[in-house]
Amino acid sequence: MLTIKDLLVKFPMRFGAFTAIEDVDMTIKPGEIHGLVGESGAGKSTVGAAVIGLLQSPGYVANGTLTLGDTDLRNLSPAEAHKVRGDRISMIFQDPQTSLNPLMTIERQLIETIQTHSSLSESEAINRAVDLLEDIGIKNAAERIKAYPHQFSGGMRQRVVIALAISTDPELIIADEPTTALDVAVQSQVLDLIQRLAKERQIAFMLITHDIGVIAQVADRVTVMRKGRVMETGVTAQVLGKPQHHYTQQLMDSVPPLDRKIDRFRVPEADDTIASNGAMAENWLLEGSQHARTGLSLTGLSVEFAGPRTSIFRKLPPYVALDDVTLNIKPGSIMGLVGESGSGKSTLAKAITGLVTPSSGTMELGDVVLPYGKSRSRQHPSRQLIQMVFQDPYSSLNSRHRIGDILTEPLWFYGFVKDEQEREKLAASMLSLVGMQPDAISKYPHQFSGGQRQRIAVARALLARPRFLICDEPTSALDVSIQAEILNLLKDLQAKFGLTILFISHNLAVVRQMADDTAVLRSGKIEEVGETNALYTAPQADYTKSLLDLTPVMPTTWQT
Amino acid sequence: MIAFVKKYEGLWLFVHSPAAIIAALVAVLTFLGAAFAPWIALVNPYDLASFSLFDGLLPPTWLDGANPKFILGTDDQGRDMISAILYGARLSLVIGLSALSIAAVLGVGLGLAAGYYGGRFDAIVMRIADVQLALPAILTALLIDGIARGILPASIQQDLRVAVLTLAIALSLWVNFARTARASTFVQMNKEYVQAAIMMGQRPIRVMFVHILPNILGPLLVIMTVDLASAILLEATLSFLGIGLPADSPSLGTLIRVGMQFLLSGEWWILWIPTLFLVALVVSINILGDFLRDIFNPRLR
Repeated sequence: MLTIKDLLVKFPMRFGAFTAIEDVDMTIKPGEIHGLVGESGAGKSTVGAAVIGLLQSPGYVANGTLTLGDTDLRNLSPAEAHKVRGDRISMIFQDPQTSLNPLMTIERQLIETIQTHSSLSESEAINRAVDLLEDIGIKNAAERIKAYPHQFSGGMRQRVVIALAISTDPELIIADEPTTALDVAVQSQVLDLIQRLAKERQIAFMLITHDIGVIAQVADRVTVMRKGRVMETGVTAQVLGKPQHHYTQQLMDSVPPLDRKIDRFRVPEADDTIASNGAMAENWLLEGSQHARTGLSLTGLSVEFAGPRTSIFRKLPPYVALDDVTLNIKPGSIMGLVGESGSGKSTLAKAITGLVTPSSGTMELGDVVLPYGKSRSRQHPSRQLIQMVFQDPYSSLNSRHRIGDILTEPLWFYGFVKDEQEREKLAASMLSLVGMQPDAISKYPHQFSGGQRQRIAVARALLARPRFLICDEPTSALDVSIQAEILNLLKDLQAKFGLTILFISHNLAVVRQMADDTAVLRSGKIEEVGETNALYTAPQADYTKSLLDLTPVMPTTWQT
Repeated sequence: MIAFVKKYEGLWLFVHSPAAIIAALVAVLTFLGAAFAPWIALVNPYDLASFSLFDGLLPPTWLDGANPKFILGTDDQGRDMISAILYGARLSLVIGLSALSIAAVLGVGLGLAAGYYGGRFDAIVMRIADVQLALPAILTALLIDGIARGILPASIQQDLRVAVLTLAIALSLWVNFARTARASTFVQMNKEYVQAAIMMGQRPIRVMFVHILPNILGPLLVIMTVDLASAILLEATLSFLGIGLPADSPSLGTLIRVGMQFLLSGEWWILWIPTLFLVALVVSINILGDFLRDIFNPRLR
């Protein structure tokens, strides 16, 4: 039904043109969910935008054929194209927060869409809107339809977006990362809904995502893209289970499995010449008492955020971010911490590092009791012993500072190395240790990719000679192949230096690969703690079970 | 080539914007002329011996009865208009730039601290800023002028006119800096590199000035150019109203005030030439400010 042949999209620039996608072929049949997968910059979204005719200016389709049924999508007048959009092709965006108008009720937004594309009267349109919402799985639709978007939860909002998309009975829906902003439980509901709609209404879906698990779960066919070109296409089980193309194989090797632990990801390693330069940094880190392993134990830790004051006399009750958390991280081990967004994972990290003040409980690093938040002095030893690797490598490095300055700051600040040139040398050596060229030292953060920046962030943390490292979603901003590299790196460093690590992630598969023990956090409470393998194979808490069940994975039968 | 353009994108945009080029030309020529006024000006308006009353009220050279020595004519005292403007711009720019520096240091410092500490300190600083904003610059200037007259001996008052004027202008401009710095600091505070610095236990002063300040310089630089125009205008306004500088040390505002007497008497150039010059200078600086904002704001590109 949708046929794409030899698609070529170009973006004219000041000098020459940038080719965003090239030679893309694809067909999608009615009722088929076609996965489009690839890493950032692969051109997935550009394909979707080209089909619906919403390429970002100044991009244009330079060559190829785009047909929907027997309509040539390339030769439409603007008015015709406008009719095709919505009437025959709809779109679902990533963030339901921004794809609905916050100032209009759900009802108005649905009616507006329905009436634009049909001649139904107001009351007929309302009836149709209510039917749609009920079909999508919103209970009490007749009442709920009067609500505004902010009165719905994230998952409900994405359902409303889907209702909007199907309100005109389209033949094709382009879903651009429809579940990326959602938690696993909600994600699985939305994916079920997409599957049901494809089957019942024979709607074709183009499902654009970077998440292989999602593709494995719902897509009938899949196209793997890289740098604007199709690498491999075919039936999902075939492509993901027995990848033919070299790139697909590499990609599949980088995906952390949920059902087993693999020692290392099979990704290209940094060559030995770089690693040998890291000997100086390695020896420096192993000097003295640095290899002494230090555990961290939390007892009854609670964090409350004061409620907003609604009047002089009334203050809303405080929001409990962490509720009586007791956690013992063994010296030299990796503790995984999983939980959905808002469960308090990052608050826990901030409480340990002193950025947030707990309301009760004790925190002990080795045998040193950590003072709360602001009462922790600037000279407190824990400020050096506890280091952190942050989630977003784009904001964790000061973009106005040279890499050399960023890396030598801890050396200077903690007074480890007095001589400036010595500091630079050690920093360069540390860069080698984390798999980067030492000449990076004179560059600025914007000259590096996300993965390289995360390596620099790891190097900065190590240069403080920490014994306890907190990794707060260190790979969630990275592509899966880069994620594999960083996870390998962290594993190596942990083994070499006996670091104790608190590894925070929402991705259960990643935690399984990294952690010795795992704790499951839900609305500020620990649901379950245990040895990782045991917890994943025989979860005790219902919540852990449902998390594990709902995480999209590849069926084991596919694996070679 | 593309890499080159990316690196020097600002320069590329500049070369392709005629408005920005003309504005820069006007501004640079004014700055140079003002800086080198004593060497290029025909007469020194401060030095009574360098001009003569006999040359008074000569029109610009393209009118009848002009003396080719004085291209833009002379005023009632026989001072060459070009020289008066050069010296006037010199004084206006000195006052404007020093007021701007004081305002920037005061505003950025307070704004950074308010954004960094938040809470009560932030509330206090911002309420003071609100109060300051409610007082017109003229009122502030009158207030400081009044206080200075009250507490300083009359002998040094005359010499302190420039300082009083500068202080008054600085006080009415710091609010812009404080607000911008505070808002940008708030944004930076949530960035992880700031949290990393705080976690390390670095001093607040170091976090503010070494880590945050370089990252908020962009918007501050824009404010600085736009506010330079405001400062020059404010000085002109105050001098025009007679709060500023006396007629024997003419700034642009004083020149315009003196010229007012000749508005209807046929010697229009005494008023109009300094006025047009002031307009051209201020518009140019504002265009440069807008241009800078476009460079720093990728969304407007």
